Amino acid sequence: MDGLTAVSQRAPGRWQIAEVEQIRVETPRTKTFRLRPPMWMPHLPGQHYDVRLTAPDGYRAERSYSIASSPLDQGVVELTVDRLEDGEVSSYFHDVLVEGDQVEVRGPFASYFVWRGEEPVLLIGGGSGVVPLMCMLRHRRRTAPELPMRLLYSARTRREVIYADELGDDAIVALTRELGGVPIEGIPRVQLGRIFPGLIAAEAFDSGLAFVCGSNGFVESISQMLLAAGYSPDRIRTERFGPTG
Amino acid sequence: MASEEPRFVSRGFTGRPHGPGADRLPPGQYLERGFPVLTAGPTPRVEPAEWSFRIDGMVGNELEWSWEEFARLPAEDVPCDIHCVTKWSKLDTSFRGVSVDTLLEAARPEGAFSMAHSFGGYTTNLPLEELTGGRAWVVTEHEGAPLPREHGGPARLLVPHLYFWKSAKWVRGLRIMDHDEPGFWEANGYNAHGDPWKEERYWTD
Repeated sequence: MDGLTAVSQRAPGRWQIAEVEQIRVETPRTKTFRLRPPMWMPHLPGQHYDVRLTAPDGYRAERSYSIASSPLDQGVVELTVDRLEDGEVSSYFHDVLVEGDQVEVRGPFASYFVWRGEEPVLLIGGGSGVVPLMCMLRHRRRTAPELPMRLLYSARTRREVIYADELGDDAIVALTRELGGVPIEGIPRVQLGRIFPGLIAAEAFDSGLAFVCGSNGFVESISQMLLAAGYSPDRIRTERFGPTG
Repeated sequence: MASEEPRFVSRGFTGRPHGPGADRLPPGQYLERGFPVLTAGPTPRVEPAEWSFRIDGMVGNELEWSWEEFARLPAEDVPCDIHCVTKWSKLDTSFRGVSVDTLLEAARPEGAFSMAHSFGGYTTNLPLEELTGGRAWVVTEHEGAPLPREHGGPARLLVPHLYFWKSAKWVRGLRIMDHDEPGFWEANGYNAHGDPWKEERYWTD
């Protein structure tokens, strides 16, 4: 945890009213919202925005969502939102918001789970935990395509793989609830079953960082595998999401 | 947050039913019935036998308690609500531990600030006025059971009136200082003070 430089304090911090410029359906449960805030600033891959919904009676709900887009996409941020059963904010995003709507946001925030160009990098995501990792992968492809970065991505079924058409030979997808063997078009490396210690050991780098994002159980189990594969705790950055909505 | 006018209203948003009890949620927080885990990095494994709690820095009397010595200090039950900066709040939970007043009294602090240190390298900064007056504890039990490892066991700091990242898990000591200095999250974009009722989440709040 040493050696991290603090992020710039230029982040607007204030609530802004962003326009919903585009909504893309990623999977049956996830959509990506491209937002255009009036005071945009480049983010570090891994950072998040806060969103705030306000009801006519003044009641408010806030949540944090990771940024999926590269900071090279000037003026916009893309947030990929998983629709949770009972999710107060995620269901609003999925069921109510349409292109052209406005939504209140502020960010970008936080500077621990961020990629600043270190190498090599191992990314390990579970479910929608892939979102901040995709930001890192996209940014690396556009700024440093030769930089060693691998993604291990655990999803339940092929239908639930987010960004499937962007996953190339730098990604391995592990499908935990898929029984049969048809490959996913365009994804060269797919395996059935959970990410297991041998896979981590095979894909581990001798140096550099690992970023792990997913549910607490996922992060905890992957962290143990990384420790066993020779990663020291200070090479492992984690982001855990609990029940949220 | 200061009041902002005119207020933006989200088209078509009514929100969850927000009846009685909503006034116990700080702004921007929602009610969580579980107890989510938020930790930067892997969960450290700290056995009670290797745990100790130390107060050092600008003090008249440096002190260190082993697990067994700590267990002999006067403990109290702490019913409280807790508020995580990631937006969830948990109401009516309880911990048991030793008041920081009790610990500091014996150490005789000579500075007005502190840095809490944890196993695993985590740090968080707290002015002493936030740690004293019966508002902070070092706790070893949660709801009648030993504090689980993922929630900071064997012992964590508990400062329920501030965002929960201030309640350092796997706490191993307090360093008393004559100046304020950012801890881990405070150096990484989060507010130095962290009062949930003022919504002091980030640097700019």
